[in-house]
Amino acid sequence: MTAPLTLYGDPSARSSLARGETLLKVSDVSLSFGGVKAITKVSFDIRKGEIRAIIGPNGAGKTSMLNVINGFYHPQQGEISYRGAARARMKPYQAASQGIARTFQNVALFKGMSALDNIMVGRTLKMKRGLFWQMLRKGPAMDEEVAHRRVVEDIIDFLQIEAIRKTPVGKLPYGLQKRVELGRALAMEPELLLLDEPMAGMNLEEKEDMCRYILDLNSQFGVTIALIEHDIGVVMDLSDRVVVLEYGHKIADGVPDEVKADPRVIDAYLGVAH
Amino acid sequence: MYDVFMDPFVQMAQMPDLLVQVLWEGLVSGVLYALIALGFVLIFKASGVFNFAQGIMVVFSALSLVGIYQFLARNGFSGHLAAFVALVGAIGVMFLLAVAVEKIVLRPLVNQPDIILFMATFGITWFLIGLGEIIFGGEPKAMISDQLFLPRGAWNVDMLGGMVVFQKLDVAAAVIASLMIASLAVFFQKTRIGRALRAVADSHKAALSVGISLNQIWVIVWFAAGVVALVAGIMWGARSNVSFSLQIIALKALPVLILGGFTSVPGAIVGGLIIGVGEKLAEFYWGPLVGGGIEAWFAYVIALVFLLFRPQGLFGDKIIERI
Amino acid sequence: MFYREAGQFKDNYAADRAVFPILQDRIGLGVILLAAFLVVPLLGNAFFLNSIMTPFLIMALGAIGLNILVGYTGLLSLGTGAFMGVGAYAAYKLTTSFPQVNVLIWVMCSGFFAAAVGAVFGLPSLRIKGFYLAVATLAAQFFLQWSFVRVGWLYNHDPSGAIQIPARTLFGLPITGPHATPLTQYLVVLSIVVFMTLIASNIVHGRIGRSWMAVRDMDIAAQLMGIRLLPTKLLAFAVSSFFCGVAGALMVFFWLGAAEPVVFDINLSFKILFMVIIGGLGSLIGCFLGAALIHVLPIVIRMLPLGGDAAMVEHLTFLLVGALIIFFLIVEPHGLAQLWRLLKQKLRVWPFPY
Repeated sequence: MTAPLTLYGDPSARSSLARGETLLKVSDVSLSFGGVKAITKVSFDIRKGEIRAIIGPNGAGKTSMLNVINGFYHPQQGEISYRGAARARMKPYQAASQGIARTFQNVALFKGMSALDNIMVGRTLKMKRGLFWQMLRKGPAMDEEVAHRRVVEDIIDFLQIEAIRKTPVGKLPYGLQKRVELGRALAMEPELLLLDEPMAGMNLEEKEDMCRYILDLNSQFGVTIALIEHDIGVVMDLSDRVVVLEYGHKIADGVPDEVKADPRVIDAYLGVAH
Repeated sequence: MYDVFMDPFVQMAQMPDLLVQVLWEGLVSGVLYALIALGFVLIFKASGVFNFAQGIMVVFSALSLVGIYQFLARNGFSGHLAAFVALVGAIGVMFLLAVAVEKIVLRPLVNQPDIILFMATFGITWFLIGLGEIIFGGEPKAMISDQLFLPRGAWNVDMLGGMVVFQKLDVAAAVIASLMIASLAVFFQKTRIGRALRAVADSHKAALSVGISLNQIWVIVWFAAGVVALVAGIMWGARSNVSFSLQIIALKALPVLILGGFTSVPGAIVGGLIIGVGEKLAEFYWGPLVGGGIEAWFAYVIALVFLLFRPQGLFGDKIIERI
Repeated sequence: MFYREAGQFKDNYAADRAVFPILQDRIGLGVILLAAFLVVPLLGNAFFLNSIMTPFLIMALGAIGLNILVGYTGLLSLGTGAFMGVGAYAAYKLTTSFPQVNVLIWVMCSGFFAAAVGAVFGLPSLRIKGFYLAVATLAAQFFLQWSFVRVGWLYNHDPSGAIQIPARTLFGLPITGPHATPLTQYLVVLSIVVFMTLIASNIVHGRIGRSWMAVRDMDIAAQLMGIRLLPTKLLAFAVSSFFCGVAGALMVFFWLGAAEPVVFDINLSFKILFMVIIGGLGSLIGCFLGAALIHVLPIVIRMLPLGGDAAMVEHLTFLLVGALIIFFLIVEPHGLAQLWRLLKQKLRVWPFPY
């Protein structure tokens, strides 16, 4: 069904962690802006190889949570450990170099560049040739460029966006932009992929495509995925475990069926029927 | 080391009269910087445009005033009355300019990134330089101070064991600038248009949705900024001359804004005074150590250092970057 | 008809990543280079070479430098004139201190001094953007210009306060000073500009150029790709200033012959910025188009029947440049380069509409 990806080489050789071990652990994290509390004492973990959903009503602190994991925000309290190592104030580019990639709620593509170049940017960390070779654009620099182009072409193939590779992304329809953004994140060969509402604003067919890509990524390459999504049907189908946030607090955590039956979750979504 | 860290302060203590004189000079130029900065703030608040052309508007308005007066004088109409006719004429010119800017530049560029609008004001600047020179000629002109009842001469005040000179013109400039600022504050707070302006400043879309006409607001703020520029131009012109080099000096309003924050009227005033006093002190006491002339860049370097430590300005709120 | 890419298949990624993937473009470039190196020297008189071609090329190089910063990395600078000045003064100091070394080596080295100064003044770019940064670069402009006036060591304490370029030779041929012919100077400038344009093109088409554009378009997402903002922006400042510095050195050595500090004032900064805006932000071809337009404009105005008033020419130039800036920002924000692209697109399908 999907083309073989040179991406990831041999997936099993990449990570020292076995499937099912804790990849990322969030413990008692609190975050506030000025006086406004966005997240209050939230703890959960993400295991290697799983699809983990974070759901909750608007303003529940889901995106803030991803931003904390990414290193954009630094929590006032609590700790995050990745691959067993607790981390101090980390910069976003450090998260990237540790293998955490991310897509955004409102597509955050590089608007002035083609789809191809956008995805090529995802390879930046893997490219090593310095200014000298870049100036010549011959020899090692060109070899490197071509090698990475090959990987990017595989991703383009995988996401079926061959026809638009040279189109400036600003001109693409929304659904395709989301796909290019996923491609850009994939180009980083992430171990942990954070998807912020990957299906928002899509029609049914596009949603189905996106679901298939997510499942393929997870099953074929063992990418661990954390996603925020509002479509409960999609969440329950895709994810292995679900964490539910409301007003910055965690109200439920577990496998989809458990969470679905949790009265607090039902209250949060349908309103409290006192 | 002694020359840098001790000697200037020893000098200040030994000759307090001189220090007061320097401080006063600094305050006066600070008031003028603040006046120019105020024009920036008005436009930035209401339209989000960083108006680089404010400096040339100062020059252009003053040139219009002098130009119209000279035209009247050539046709046998001079004196106080003619000066006030010219003043009305110059205000009219600034109004026309506001309308033209809104129609030709702002309206087609609605919703463009800030930086594009910023660069468009470079275009306005160059256009006005060219236009001003073609109409009025490039040579410096004397301001029609006497005809506008601006005072001459100075008060010599004996104090602190010496004499401090207060130019009457400078005192008048400070008073007029304060009046201008106060009336703008009242205008902003109390009138219907003022409320609309503040609404537009907060959110263009929300303002539109309650029926405020953006185009009208823009004309009003550009006109108000033009009038502020005219006042600044008269004051500055009366102290030296009206010439295009003033445009470069007017750029010092930019560091003032960085200190004060782009949206704060009190910030513009305090920032203006700090820069004015700071650069005069630096020039007078530290300038000789490096050969003088540091006034040309001192304000910018202060702003630069300031930006590194407090990018939001003196009165601005801490910037929280949202994703 | 003749401008078609049909039948040109790329069978490897290197060919696809080429700067000019279409054969006709490469031929066109070859023709232009041939004309620049052979036809212009054969046909051009001293006035044409010295007043039009040489300064045009130098300005285009400066515009490339600024475009790297503004167009590719999205950092607005108003200090270009001063950075060009750093290059000019550095080259002057180097060649007067070490006259035995070839002047061309010093001209290229002057870029490193400009790069270092540029990187220092680029430091605030980490925390501030947009017009805040523009004000910060004004600090560079005014401070450096002041240094050119006050630091006598920079101009060897010449009583005129200006730098006078001494006579230097290349392979025994005078290339600077009073005995250098406009032709040799033109050829030297042309060679350097072509070489450096090639390098600029290589950089912006590779990894570094992509990181710059990523920072320009969406700095938050760029960080997530592992791009570190400070080194990336500082590199942009350094590379940009390098180009500006060399352009400044070329300007004094091969065009003006002597320069007072006022040459590098804020008007030069704006002139270069306008070339970039009118030519097209983020386009190297645009730099040449913009430089041609802005530089040739006053020369054309001078030919108009206006009574030959020099002041009037200057005033009209200001007026027209201002109008052009506004016109381009409104009608075609991507400048002449975009018009050029549209023209090529039309030509590609000609005689059919699409």
